[in-house]
Amino acid sequence: MRLYNGASVPPTAVFGIIVIVLYALIAIFAGQLAPFAETEIVGMEFEPPGGAYLLGTDNLGRDMLSRLIWGARNSIGIALATTGIAFFSGALLGLFAAVVGGWADQILSRLVDMLISIPSLLFALLLLSIFGTSILTLILVIATLEMTRVFRLSRAVAMDVVVMDFVEAARLRGEGMWWLIRREILPNIMAPLVAEFGLRFCFVFLAISALSFLGLGIQPPTADWGSMVRDNAALITFGDITPLLPAAAIALLTVAINFVVDWMLHRTSGLKD
Amino acid sequence: MHPLARMILHRLALGLLTLFAISLFIFMAIELLPGDLAEEVLGQSATPETVAAFRRDLGLDQPAYVRYLDWLGGIVRGDFGQSLANNRPISDLLAARLGNTLFLAVYAAVISVPLAVGLGLLAALYRGSWFDRGVNIFTLSSISFPEYFVAYILMLFLSIRWGIFPSISDFGSSAGLGEMLYRTFLPALTLVLVVTAHMMRMTRAAIINLLAQPYIEMAWLKGASPLRVILRHALPNALAPIINVVALNLAYLITGVVIVEVVFVYPGLGQLMVDSVAKRDIPVVQASCLIFASIYILLNLGADVLAIATNPRLMYRK
Repeated sequence: MRLYNGASVPPTAVFGIIVIVLYALIAIFAGQLAPFAETEIVGMEFEPPGGAYLLGTDNLGRDMLSRLIWGARNSIGIALATTGIAFFSGALLGLFAAVVGGWADQILSRLVDMLISIPSLLFALLLLSIFGTSILTLILVIATLEMTRVFRLSRAVAMDVVVMDFVEAARLRGEGMWWLIRREILPNIMAPLVAEFGLRFCFVFLAISALSFLGLGIQPPTADWGSMVRDNAALITFGDITPLLPAAAIALLTVAINFVVDWMLHRTSGLKD
Repeated sequence: MHPLARMILHRLALGLLTLFAISLFIFMAIELLPGDLAEEVLGQSATPETVAAFRRDLGLDQPAYVRYLDWLGGIVRGDFGQSLANNRPISDLLAARLGNTLFLAVYAAVISVPLAVGLGLLAALYRGSWFDRGVNIFTLSSISFPEYFVAYILMLFLSIRWGIFPSISDFGSSAGLGEMLYRTFLPALTLVLVVTAHMMRMTRAAIINLLAQPYIEMAWLKGASPLRVILRHALPNALAPIINVVALNLAYLITGVVIVEVVFVYPGLGQLMVDSVAKRDIPVVQASCLIFASIYILLNLGADVLAIATNPRLMYRK
């Protein structure tokens, strides 16, 4: 496949883009696509696939296919909101630290160093045990932890730009900090930030689904892929693949995003190996 | 003093400082609650008397810094306090499970490290070939898979459909080493698959970076075989980044272990932590968090020291 500027797009990236668009459409039109309501009990527990229930029913007799479709909206929506918060605050703080420098930079960086110095799942578990499990705390906890990664990256790439002559010229012109961030630095670091957004989304998505799988994330009866694996895990011991479907839905989306990000990073870094 | 010894001491002090900061954070996180632990755990229906008694038992009537020093002092002496759920000493709970978790992590590490480095070298050597592309797609996919997805796929095929390995890896206390290795094979394999992909990609990237160097080109030009170029010229210089990658991923094992333990009902520290979060048994969560964090810091420390030892130039930086 070729783009308008003649650069060829690898098949993995094409596949990734198609999958992402498909997921977005399913999430947006969940209400129209799903045959049953999100929490409606339509039959017996664990009915086999076939008939009115294309993928069978779950542990409470809810239609599996409908829950998968509703789950697309819930799981992706919550992950997207979390990534958005993490990204906005992280990038803003990172740019602020890079532009202002000095003490503000030192304090922010050391704080982030400490938060980053142990695995985020551990901190997430600690904070969730303290604040309890609700969707809002979940979003805020994960956003705070991921924000530190965004902060590091945006500060690092902005540092390279801050020392350039055109930024110095803008400073001498007397432009304010907001102008420097928005008009001088941001346009020059957009490419790595966009790729980072994709990666962060994957991490957030996996982290939330892991917590939901552990029963500590999104709570029932909300349809969510991570908790659906947990709810139906008992079926696995009968050799049934139904509980793997929501997990596969998660895996497919993260693989697709990784393929696209991989291609974008490759393109922007100008690597031609 | 030998510069290496001085460097190790310096890093050790830094690690202790980090650990101290983390312990402070772990302890102070509770102070962020609007009420205190007693109100939060007992709920709204508790009478003021029970709340007061609970506070007295836990010493919550003391100021925060006194409680922190008490807590830290206890930990240094091996006393983590008591579980809120069953009043047992936390150190007993941890002792039994820490060994199990470390066993699983070491098991996975012993398989995955040589595998990842070997595959990474091959992929770098045959860069752009079908082998490299295939490995790239495979590793990118397995990085993106949730751990429990990999775990359940393995369980479905290797255990339930084909019946080769047990799906529940709880071994009794009397099992021999062979029995233990057999029973924990599936969780270990899950961890291997997840971690190998990361390590392999980073090993490949580190080697490819080096292959662009002039001295490598020189080695090619003088007619050295590809194997010799990689093993003799590139690998020794890539050791520092590879060691870092390995340590980073061993540390990552610690997080992966939490989920894998839950899937395979393995009595490790991760499962204890998840159970305690669900029960809101905060002292146990704090203790496990601190233990995981210390292992993590220790691993990173070891990686730093090893990386510098293999590349003395790093010692005289700045």
